[in-house]
Amino acid sequence: MDFDLSDDQKMLVDTVQSFVKKDSPVERFRKLRDTELGWDKEVWKQMGELGWLGVMFSESVGGLGMSFVEAGLILEQLGTTLVPEPMIPHLVAGSVLMHAGDAGQQEQFLAPAISGDQCLALATTEEQSRHNVCDVKTQAKKNGGDYQLSGKKRWVLDGHAADHIVVSARTSGGDRDRDGVSLFVVDPGMPGLEIQRVDCMDGHKAALVNLDGVIVGKDRLLGEQGKAAAVLEHAMDYGAAAACAEGSGNMQTVLMMTRNYLAERKQFGVAIGSFQALQHRTVDMFVETELGKSTAIMAMLKIEDKNADERQRAISAAKTQLWAGGGFVTRQGIQLHGGIGVTDEHDVGLYFKRMHILNTLFGDEQFHTTRFASLPSFVEHVA
Amino acid sequence: MDMSFSPEQIAFRNEVREWINSAMPAHIKKKAEVDGNFEMKEIMEWHRVLAKKGWVAPHWPKEVGGPGWDATRRFIFSEELELAGTPGLSPFGLAMVGPLIIQFGNDQQKQRFLPRILSGEEVWCQGYSEPNAGSDLASLQLRAEDKGDHFLLNGQKTWTTYAQYADWIFVLARTNPDVKKQSGISFILCDMKTPGVTVKPFLTTGGTPAFCETWFENVAVPKDNLVGEINMGWTYAKALLGHERTLVAGVGISGRAILRMKRIAAETIVDGKPLLEHSGFRAKVARLEMKLEGLRMANYRALAGAQLGHAPGPESSILKLRGTEIQQAAADLTMEAMGHNSLAWFNEPGVVPPREQWVASNFNYVRAATIYAGSNEIQRNVIAKYILGLPTK
Repeated sequence: MDFDLSDDQKMLVDTVQSFVKKDSPVERFRKLRDTELGWDKEVWKQMGELGWLGVMFSESVGGLGMSFVEAGLILEQLGTTLVPEPMIPHLVAGSVLMHAGDAGQQEQFLAPAISGDQCLALATTEEQSRHNVCDVKTQAKKNGGDYQLSGKKRWVLDGHAADHIVVSARTSGGDRDRDGVSLFVVDPGMPGLEIQRVDCMDGHKAALVNLDGVIVGKDRLLGEQGKAAAVLEHAMDYGAAAACAEGSGNMQTVLMMTRNYLAERKQFGVAIGSFQALQHRTVDMFVETELGKSTAIMAMLKIEDKNADERQRAISAAKTQLWAGGGFVTRQGIQLHGGIGVTDEHDVGLYFKRMHILNTLFGDEQFHTTRFASLPSFVEHVA
Repeated sequence: MDMSFSPEQIAFRNEVREWINSAMPAHIKKKAEVDGNFEMKEIMEWHRVLAKKGWVAPHWPKEVGGPGWDATRRFIFSEELELAGTPGLSPFGLAMVGPLIIQFGNDQQKQRFLPRILSGEEVWCQGYSEPNAGSDLASLQLRAEDKGDHFLLNGQKTWTTYAQYADWIFVLARTNPDVKKQSGISFILCDMKTPGVTVKPFLTTGGTPAFCETWFENVAVPKDNLVGEINMGWTYAKALLGHERTLVAGVGISGRAILRMKRIAAETIVDGKPLLEHSGFRAKVARLEMKLEGLRMANYRALAGAQLGHAPGPESSILKLRGTEIQQAAADLTMEAMGHNSLAWFNEPGVVPPREQWVASNFNYVRAATIYAGSNEIQRNVIAKYILGLPTK
């Protein structure tokens, strides 16, 4: 057991930390949130050149062949200043290509994203699906050697900007069957593909994606036909772990921002941070922030666990902690700032918004509580 | 980064588990199965079993009788004891006065006291709190007057747990009333048989004996029983607070409590099916268990830091706070699972199932967890001041 960072990890964290402090303070995000794209392609390219987009991917596709831990450490830092580049969609869609794509597909779709030349999105969510990746109504019909895709995907993160979108579609089976879900890669500009950009509360952008008979070749089917459920579930867990990592950075910032405000702000002739009621609230924020750090590390370490039960147990516990702890920290962050905390001018509200998005994506509290309670390990030893 | 135990550590865990299983006397095992409250004689019986094995003081240096384990082995050992429901040993000799004497006592005191703490020949209790000095411990009033060759003790201590069984008490006493309150306190060891010491036990809300009040009326204590220097008692007592911070979370205690609660919920039929199969209740159990997983991870981080010799980081300061909250929540949920059976109070066997017999007592006594060893509010004050650096008025 050892949670110290290696020298390589320390160096990585230092580099990202100096980037967020010098080159990407919250003001950069503020400017970008009102733009069409929402982020900066130059910065994305830089991140690719620095290797940040490839830490968990193998060297054969231009990655660094490290692990998700390094991706998590990067995200934790990016979360501290709300860096808007689409790291989470990249990791989630990338994990699907890593697990289900063949060498040629990885070369074609994943490698250009790792270098920062392109970007990826994963389209699973549908009107009715909520967090169930097997609840897929989008159809993929075999059409000679090709597939014809029809259906509607919603809230595709970074779908407005992606060069390739991985889409889940049903090739057989009924609603919510695990069997029969398949994955395809589509590109903007394909006939029948309509991408509508939508705004998210946190300033990030997403897309509503309509597929109206989009034709793709067999070379765009990822993995075995009808067998994508496990890969998609794993992808959602990557997303959850990534949300926990970014959320950890988010909470650390809100805690320190609030602590500093309490030390400076004077009322009744004293710093309000000297009031015990506010001190104890801040300590409760600290407790949740520390637990958030710990559970994010747990998620980062367990995401690649071969034992699906152990992986899901850890991810669900971490994501539920983010819901409770991240929710608490960002809400109290606003409360303890008073009126200024409710203005758009102050940063604390931006962190609150981002936390809500992180908490909602990749399984909310209800989803992860139910899943945790359905794992074999939950009833182990009970009988 | 790596959150797994090494093969050697896993082998050690198995060795400890097997040994506990074979070494627990049958009547203690039977009580452990229902998590009954252990009486002092059972606690000391288990103490002697551990002492014979050389495992009674895991955190003592090898030279004075410890087994020479590192922080991780001590954690594993402690967790296994908790998971097996073994009697919780009295901490006052082993975890408090023992380490304090090791650190600050003289050779004579070490030879006189340490072997008997180890063997269980002498039972200790703690004389810290007073009726008017609880969280504000430094304002304690019990006087120890310098009478040349001895101190004369006058005053009252409270929450002196196990005083009714104790042979010795360690006392924080005021030796100088004219200086800053923290600076006039000394650490004195007192034989409970000394004339003038009287003890009155309280019954806890759990229906079990534990705390006492202890009075000192003209109690003469030889000066040899002063530990360290005069008026340095506060500093010594504070130095002890940082010890074994990685064991305070009680993840084994909570793990065992949650498992018991789940078993009760699996056996309790509501509307024709086990309570544990009802989604609402099941979700509550899952939430608590997930909280415990989070705490366990924080505990692992603190442990790994201790193992590598780092000073305790902020992650270790939350362990007592969250750990005791989870212990209480587990008791709350167990009572809820029991439904009407939770009305019962110490009846004959058979009124409620054996597994449920001691739950109500624990539900009451576990309230103490957020109060003792620095109440959770005091813990928050400490974190606010020393970790967050929030201003004082």
